[in-house]
Amino acid sequence: MSVQAAKSTTKNMMTNQLETPLYESLVAKFEIAELQAGYPELKALRKEAFDTFKALGFPSIKNEEWKYTNVLPFVKENYELDVVETALTKEELDKTALLVSKHSDEIQHSLKGEHKGAYRLVIVNGKINKELSFLPDSQALDISSFSDAEHKASFHKYFGKIAVVKDNAFVALNTALYNDGLFIEMKKGMQLDQPLHIINVFLSAADVLLQPRHLFIINEQASLEIIETIIAEDSQNAILVNGVTEIAVAENAHFHHYDIQTGRTGMRYIQRTEATQQKNSNYSNYTFTFPGSDFVRNNLTLHLDAADLESHLYGLYLSSGAQLIDNHTEVHHKHPRGESNQLYKGVLMDKSKAVFNGKIYVYQDAQKTNAFQQSNNILFSDKATVNAKPQLEIFADDVKCSHGTTIGQINKDALFYLQSRGISEANAKNLMVNAFAFDVTQKVKIPAIRTYLERMIAGVMEQA
Amino acid sequence: MLSIKNLHAGVEDKEILKGLNLEVKAGEVHAIMGPNGAGKSSLASVLSGRPNYEVTAGTAILDGKDILEMSPEDRAREGVFLAFQYPIEIPGVSNINFLKTAMNEIRAYRGQEPLTAKEFLALSKERQKLVEFDARLVNRSLNEGFSGGEKKRNEIFQLAMLEPKLAILDETDSGLDIDALRIVSRGVNKLRSKDNAFIIITHYQRLLDYIVPDFVHVLSDGKIVKTGGKELALELEEKGYDWIKEEAVS
Repeated sequence: MSVQAAKSTTKNMMTNQLETPLYESLVAKFEIAELQAGYPELKALRKEAFDTFKALGFPSIKNEEWKYTNVLPFVKENYELDVVETALTKEELDKTALLVSKHSDEIQHSLKGEHKGAYRLVIVNGKINKELSFLPDSQALDISSFSDAEHKASFHKYFGKIAVVKDNAFVALNTALYNDGLFIEMKKGMQLDQPLHIINVFLSAADVLLQPRHLFIINEQASLEIIETIIAEDSQNAILVNGVTEIAVAENAHFHHYDIQTGRTGMRYIQRTEATQQKNSNYSNYTFTFPGSDFVRNNLTLHLDAADLESHLYGLYLSSGAQLIDNHTEVHHKHPRGESNQLYKGVLMDKSKAVFNGKIYVYQDAQKTNAFQQSNNILFSDKATVNAKPQLEIFADDVKCSHGTTIGQINKDALFYLQSRGISEANAKNLMVNAFAFDVTQKVKIPAIRTYLERMIAGVMEQA
Repeated sequence: MLSIKNLHAGVEDKEILKGLNLEVKAGEVHAIMGPNGAGKSSLASVLSGRPNYEVTAGTAILDGKDILEMSPEDRAREGVFLAFQYPIEIPGVSNINFLKTAMNEIRAYRGQEPLTAKEFLALSKERQKLVEFDARLVNRSLNEGFSGGEKKRNEIFQLAMLEPKLAILDETDSGLDIDALRIVSRGVNKLRSKDNAFIIITHYQRLLDYIVPDFVHVLSDGKIVKTGGKELALELEEKGYDWIKEEAVS
């Protein structure tokens, strides 16, 4: 796109913005927030971020990154900002406790004999709730709110430096206006005896905009498994989540990051997860998106900032109704001998729509890179749509890269074969979808989570 | 047990079965032979409910119920089993899990309790032995990477597990070497009883040396044109099909 064209696009977008009440309340909110105290660097960053957001506006489909996903219908609501700034009321706490216990039961139910359990960290509208949490030894894992972490050197080293605001309206908006964040630092050489389960609870007494912000640091030789799940309070109100997670994986560190995305009608979910990795590290991301929410947009960006490391990106999405699920991945191979592996699979029902855009950049210095990407989709309905766009840009000459995309329908011969043995159509489809998803689900290293996911898939297919 | 009357069926607008009649009683083995394109495999497909086949006339009554009206799964639950000419590979679906699902759905349809894991395992072991099916294949993905012979033997293993009333073997002998053919035939012979029946579709007399039929039917141009005993198969082997076609015309 030429500079000229880019300029005119920006102008058009801005014209659109001015008409949405959300944009106006964001401006008003920032004016107030700006006056509030904060350490000078943060103040400057927030200012820069908000200026960036004002310049960019919400992206329209003229923006290449948002070509297949029109976000404007989801930012029209007059969302309330600033929710649950202070402590929860007794009523809210009780309600949350109930939701959390029900949610945990659902997952625990799948655990059976292999259950070793998990630590639990409950985050309500972006704020840590210690009462409902069951946390590991803080000698191994530091879990703090941003307000408690802001004085730490490690916080300053990474915060705002991995997911940068430049050219990114949603990161800019989050950076400008997040309330508080979750800071997690795994100490050098440490590991936990169980995974950490982060439950992100979204309460919505009105239409709300929530902007969770996470910073995860895994230090040298440490390893960590995190499972993130969502509870969206069952109300009629719209929830727009604009989350940003920054991740730093140090030398020889391992981070297995499970993100299980569920939701309900009225929920719109925009998540950016951006990681930087050092030598001999492994970052593995497993993103599972289920029917329920109106809209999900995941941006997963990995910076392979050293040689000799590996990254794994596994995704599975099941969409139904008029849902739109959009996964954008970016892998930046900057140094030699990096290995990245991407496998995204989708099952689409009804009028739902999915987008997969996977970018792999292999920089000039990144010789001996191995980068693989595969995306496979099954359409269960004539009205479902997939837009898949693999994008490889390779500037090194000694690399192995591959990509492949398939979009197909369920194998009718296989379906008939199963039915001819007495298996109902619904169960046959479920078996086949589980089989299709198997390449992804088998990568899940925690047996209980794998069982939970298989049950979730079966539940979805029963209603299909 | 099964009574097919005046069956007309085809794919899209092409009529393949043109007024087929067949009576099969419990305890009997019927062989259906015939030239290429006569409609042998179509008969198997129509009876098992393959979706792209359309029945335009006739009935197929299995113990009082017209199975042509039923979904493929309900036919299976009523006791129809088709051993596929080309069994499908389904990666990711484990053979044993698939069979357990099938079995328990059939049992539920019949108002029976599901088998416990232990009972199922015991039964599976017993039947593997009965039909000489390799235990290692049982735990693999359904037919994935199986040789042609292994796939056919898996069909017979499924048959042994599901114990249908009526088993239709669609060219089960095709692609089998002589050893596999013997094993498959031995399996079928062990499963024969006074309560079940077999329809064996084959091109060649060879299979019928091992599974001896009570009746041999010749299917030509969508109809059964000649019926005889097992000696008819030998005659066909010797003389081919042309004399029957001529006989049918005259």
